[in-house]
Amino acid sequence: MKTATPATDAALAKDPRLKLIAAKIKKENYKPDALIEILHTAQNAYGYLPMSVLKYITKQLHLPPSRVYSTVTFYHFFSLKSKGDHTCLVCTGTACYVKGAQAILNEIENQFSLEPGQVSADNKLGISVARCIGACGLAPAVVLDDEVLAKATAEEIVNKINAKIVES
Amino acid sequence: MNRQELQTIITAETAINIYNKYKHKLCVCCGAGCISSGAEDVLKKLEEEIKTRGLENEVEVIATGCMGPCNQGPLIKYLPDHTIYQKVDCSNIKAIVQSQLIEKKPIEDLLLFADSRPKPFIDAREDPYFKKQMKIALKDCGHINPEKIEDYLANDGYQAFDKVLFQMSPEDVIAEIKQSRLRGRGGAGYPTGLKWETVYKYVSKQKYVICNGDEGDPGAFMDRSVLEGNPHRVLEGMCIAAYAVGANKGYVYIRGEYPLAIKRIELAIKQAKKLGLLGTNILGTDFSFDVEVRIGAGAFVCGEETALIASIEGKRGTPKPRPPFPAESGLWGKPTLINNVETFASIVPVINNGGEWYSEIGTPKSAGTKIFALAGKINYSGLIEVPMGTTLREIVFDIGGGIQGGGEFKAAQTGGPSGGCIPAEHLDVKMDYESLISLGSIMGSGGLIVMDKSSDMVDVARYFMEFCMDESCGKCVPCRVGTKMMHDLLQKICNDKGTTIDLERLEELAVYVKECSLCGLGASAPNPLLSTLRHFRNEYENRITE
Repeated sequence: MKTATPATDAALAKDPRLKLIAAKIKKENYKPDALIEILHTAQNAYGYLPMSVLKYITKQLHLPPSRVYSTVTFYHFFSLKSKGDHTCLVCTGTACYVKGAQAILNEIENQFSLEPGQVSADNKLGISVARCIGACGLAPAVVLDDEVLAKATAEEIVNKINAKIVES
Repeated sequence: MNRQELQTIITAETAINIYNKYKHKLCVCCGAGCISSGAEDVLKKLEEEIKTRGLENEVEVIATGCMGPCNQGPLIKYLPDHTIYQKVDCSNIKAIVQSQLIEKKPIEDLLLFADSRPKPFIDAREDPYFKKQMKIALKDCGHINPEKIEDYLANDGYQAFDKVLFQMSPEDVIAEIKQSRLRGRGGAGYPTGLKWETVYKYVSKQKYVICNGDEGDPGAFMDRSVLEGNPHRVLEGMCIAAYAVGANKGYVYIRGEYPLAIKRIELAIKQAKKLGLLGTNILGTDFSFDVEVRIGAGAFVCGEETALIASIEGKRGTPKPRPPFPAESGLWGKPTLINNVETFASIVPVINNGGEWYSEIGTPKSAGTKIFALAGKINYSGLIEVPMGTTLREIVFDIGGGIQGGGEFKAAQTGGPSGGCIPAEHLDVKMDYESLISLGSIMGSGGLIVMDKSSDMVDVARYFMEFCMDESCGKCVPCRVGTKMMHDLLQKICNDKGTTIDLERLEELAVYVKECSLCGLGASAPNPLLSTLRHFRNEYENRITE
């Protein structure tokens, strides 16, 4: 996942990821009510929502920037910052919480000095929490990149994260 | 496509024949839980094994939706015998195929619950886990391929829609639903028939039907499993609703956290369109209906209907005061029907078997069945469906297999952050809308978290309050400020720094927030606090310093 911010409009125009967004906007007929759908496409392409991309969407949909910005910041799913090359998401839904999600978060903080929402200085690892990923039968659950780790233990998670960081 | 052509597809040509072509079926549960435990590898390996042995013309391998016992996964079910193997991994596949298909003798050690029951059942339906259940909304989940419309058609799929289109008027449909006494499964329990009738009565050229799949309660995964396991059932329910209320456009609103459910419902819509079950002039009638998917972006408040509508319109998901209710002025100001996923999944059996049949299941005031997501400190966590009125004891001990590690039951939390807890002395409570309200909890959407003696109830209240504080949309002051103040007071008590005055303030605030908040989120945010105070007040008092 590349995270470089496109700097200028010219650079933006060359970015192949922007073509995806442009195609989506066209498919949705430039309708402002498709804003959330378009933001999903943008976030999938970039991993987060760079300001330049938001400006582009704003222009294309003829919406006031405040409307786009307020929508982006309202929903947890959208992020204005890069989430890191590798993401570790710890589910803190009720079932996972009852079964020790906090212990996993504590161990991660011990080992990597990162709290939920933070990204390491080298951008290699980002830690986040979710309010239930719906895998309650497998609590506690952790999602490392796109892999769901069921019945997770703190030690196992730390080892897997280390392996991911070394890999890259 | 007209009606006759569809019937041909269902009966003679393909669906039933294809579905019944194979004498043996091996169903691999590919619900979210089992996939996380490695079901996809098992499925691949099983398909290879069947091919290597040259059995591909006799045995069908099906990737199905959730079978229920999620923490025993990955699961393989052998049909027609209903033999279920648990915790299967790639190394067991050869042995299972050899003994089940060749030697016709199941492997006892791998049977469902073999590690916890003295004698596991070869026909899993005999096991108390399934025997106490009644699968109506989940009927086809676990033995059809959710990605094939033919499987659904072969199991009476779209027959109810056909019946409605050709034999019933919208008034008939509404009367049938009213007679069934089906109530909204999203949590509030509003009678579905009445809701449909209200939307039906408003005259408008444009009406909408919305399926609410924004399952935000932590600890709940019913909607996800229904959408993943049998998306066509939900779609058919929506079609029937649209016909009854006179809508021509529908939206399925699903959480962004459920990519598999999104994929499957999108596929189902595509397949239904191809067969002419969605679109203009459906089956040659003058009824037209089209459905689109809208993906949520992570906001609990969007489960509230006016907030959900704002979100579909591409805006911040903040609720609006009601009235006007969505039935009168909903999506883009038009009359809108909003029902939950499970409600729509319950429509088809009501139409097929009649409202009277459905109304006789469950209790007089709460008819039918309810899906619960069992989780927490319980032996068999997963997805269950029971008749309304089943007691909590039956759910926790007969179906759920009791408390993990032989521990002692302390409480069960229902209704998530809007609900409350049920302590051990009320284990015999009947699970229906009214009984739960009388105990200070709610039915909610169906999350049921079991807690044992190690759970700290003050911390549980703090946890839910933190959730509501984070998820408050910020529009109205009682909710925005009140949840924060209550959370801080609960945190203080959790840190053993609370005083008697703090406890009094908490109780006072709870009433204000409950009474003055704009929407259901704020109005129900104090519930976990109030219910733990009611049943476990001593735990609060023990932590208070004078």
